[in-house]
Amino acid sequence: MPITDRNLDDIEEKILAGGRLSFEDGVRLFREADPLQLSTWANLVRFRLHPERLVTYVVGRVINYTNVCWVQCKFCNFYRLPGQDGGYVLPEETIFGKIRGLMNLGGTEILIQGGLNPALKIEYFESLFRAVKANFPVHIHGLSPVEIIYLAKMSQLSERECLARLKAAGLDSIPGAGAEILVEAVREQIAPYKNSAAAWLNLMRTAHELGIGSSVTMMYGSVESIEQRVEHLVRVRELQEQTGGFRAFIPWSFQPEGTHLGEVKRASGFDYLRTVAVSRLMLDNLPNIQSSWLTQGPKLGQIALQYGVNDMGSTIIEENVVSKESVFMVPLPEIERLIRDAGFVPARRNTKYELLPAA
Amino acid sequence: MKAIGEQLRRSGLDDIHAKIQEGRRLDSHDGMRLYQTPDLTAVGYLANLVRERRHGDRTYFVRNLHINYTNICNKLCKFCSFYAAPNSEDGRGYALSPDEAAARVARYSGEPIREIHMVAGINPKLPYGYYLDLLRAVKAARPDAQLKAFTMIELAQIARVAKRSLADILPELQAAGLEACPGGGAEVFSERVHEELFHAKLDNQGWFEVARAVHGAGIRSNVTMLYGHIETEDEKVRHLLHIRDLQDETGGFMCFVPLAFDPANTDLKHLPMTTGYANLREIAVGRLLLDNVEHVKAFWIMITPGVAQMALWYGADDLDGTVSHYEITHALGTQSHRQVLTVEQLLDLSVEVGRVPVERDALYNVVEQPSAISDQPSATSSLTAESEAR
Repeated sequence: MPITDRNLDDIEEKILAGGRLSFEDGVRLFREADPLQLSTWANLVRFRLHPERLVTYVVGRVINYTNVCWVQCKFCNFYRLPGQDGGYVLPEETIFGKIRGLMNLGGTEILIQGGLNPALKIEYFESLFRAVKANFPVHIHGLSPVEIIYLAKMSQLSERECLARLKAAGLDSIPGAGAEILVEAVREQIAPYKNSAAAWLNLMRTAHELGIGSSVTMMYGSVESIEQRVEHLVRVRELQEQTGGFRAFIPWSFQPEGTHLGEVKRASGFDYLRTVAVSRLMLDNLPNIQSSWLTQGPKLGQIALQYGVNDMGSTIIEENVVSKESVFMVPLPEIERLIRDAGFVPARRNTKYELLPAA
Repeated sequence: MKAIGEQLRRSGLDDIHAKIQEGRRLDSHDGMRLYQTPDLTAVGYLANLVRERRHGDRTYFVRNLHINYTNICNKLCKFCSFYAAPNSEDGRGYALSPDEAAARVARYSGEPIREIHMVAGINPKLPYGYYLDLLRAVKAARPDAQLKAFTMIELAQIARVAKRSLADILPELQAAGLEACPGGGAEVFSERVHEELFHAKLDNQGWFEVARAVHGAGIRSNVTMLYGHIETEDEKVRHLLHIRDLQDETGGFMCFVPLAFDPANTDLKHLPMTTGYANLREIAVGRLLLDNVEHVKAFWIMITPGVAQMALWYGADDLDGTVSHYEITHALGTQSHRQVLTVEQLLDLSVEVGRVPVERDALYNVVEQPSAISDQPSATSSLTAESEAR
């Protein structure tokens, strides 16, 4: 869509005064702001929240404990249906091997995520998390809301009980995956069997109340409208206002290749950067915005540092869910080089965004 | 915009801002500061002021076809993955006969091509007559497309095998079909870089002399800068000022083309890829220092479509085109991302970011359109670029 009107003085005044932007402001920023306006304003908010020229990252590893899943999301090319060939559940030994590899690299976080596998109940996770914690001083960032909602149901527990037991067993925080667009009309189209937006937000609310922090994502660029993107941001902001439990916001673009929505046009570089910038501007109560260089590549992932991003996320060692051909692997020294090249100082953090001493 | 004014002040660039607003020329010190500030947004803002003053929202593109008539080259440049050395026996070396080159062009006879871009290696076995025959054959195969051919390096070689002066042979090349020159082979105008990376190639003074002769013959050219290898910021500023001086003298440069070095499969493969910041900054600094060059190109094959799209707000007004058979970078690329971009996708990228695509020919004349290009169905052209840019 063309940029129709560059006079956004009223919005600029609000941003300069530190005021909260409305839904309408968000829509106008998406539709009318040019890249340099977005960059300038997002930078202003970024440096207001993070005055130092630091860009943080965490050394982590994704562990996809199972690929068995019955949800059949149209954007996923990772899953196998229960009973289908190629389905797996990783043995504990394999998981430990992966964690050992991470610890040897000085890593601090494992991101444990999988599918909705009807064979796995609460006891499986309790025993896995306890075993991990007994063997490694590692942060368990794991199980997205959809997995926990399903696990509670399969284990005949309330979500609160389920979360409390997972926490007691060692779960430290929850990744904000599966948020997609938190608007029912969009979810019905792209993931009809997945839980509702309200259910996703409720689960996060309960987790935050139990002291389990989380991140929150947005998968844009599938079938949603600009208004629905902004609605997503407003709903995230509202929950954050109540719980304060979101540590970071991670927008990433739908990767059409190899999915059932393959005819959808891949979102452009500008679309990524404006989405990052509008997120930074709308989410005034969310401390961190993460770059998604995994989906955007190192060039745009770096340019995003000028559009409101202050964190490079996890230097992911393994990732299976998004289309293989569209995934970019960037080793740690390269991440640090990108940060320095952009005039920032790289800083290692833990999952709680506390800075760690230089390795 | 209030916020950017404050940002320019904070970044210490408001004096450069003032110079640009007054249309005053920047100096080498300004150039260094534009390279060194971390505030890429401010640099982009300044470049965009100049870009919009010259071109408004227009973004130029050309429907073009690339022909690399030979990959045999005796210059052995360390940054090149394309060449085959003259006596190498790996079977990679080729030289297209004039008929073969014409046949390649003829393959695209259904496409509305406006420009044929033809460059190649320095192949010592090709005689003067070959170049004339090549131009004639390609021009005859596609008389309605303008023929933009030969870097300054190739022109020096052609004069050498002809054993005549450039001033002498240029009219013959023009009569055979040569209409513009692409401006490659400039690399970085620095004796140090020349010595280390491309010492066998025409030196900087030699390049200037060929460019003077070309412009003197009434042939306009582009001019490039290859960045992202061993060059320093100071050397890049001097490169740009050399171009500006020469342009003051001849006025023959149409477009500045910063070329991002791709280390894959070169003698410099230990170097990292250029960053997105660098891609945008080179375009912006070029736009700001070269106040006498009309156009600045974002060559999407080298910097990715996403960065090229953003570059339209960082000083670039030209997206080149959809390029068929681009072979120079990534000649041996294996792990790289294959990218295909149609004319329609290129135009969409431009429109999405608020720019108005304008079709041009090789000499930057606007090609009149029956109606808005972006409204036409995608059947207008299936000309795709098959590059392997990441």
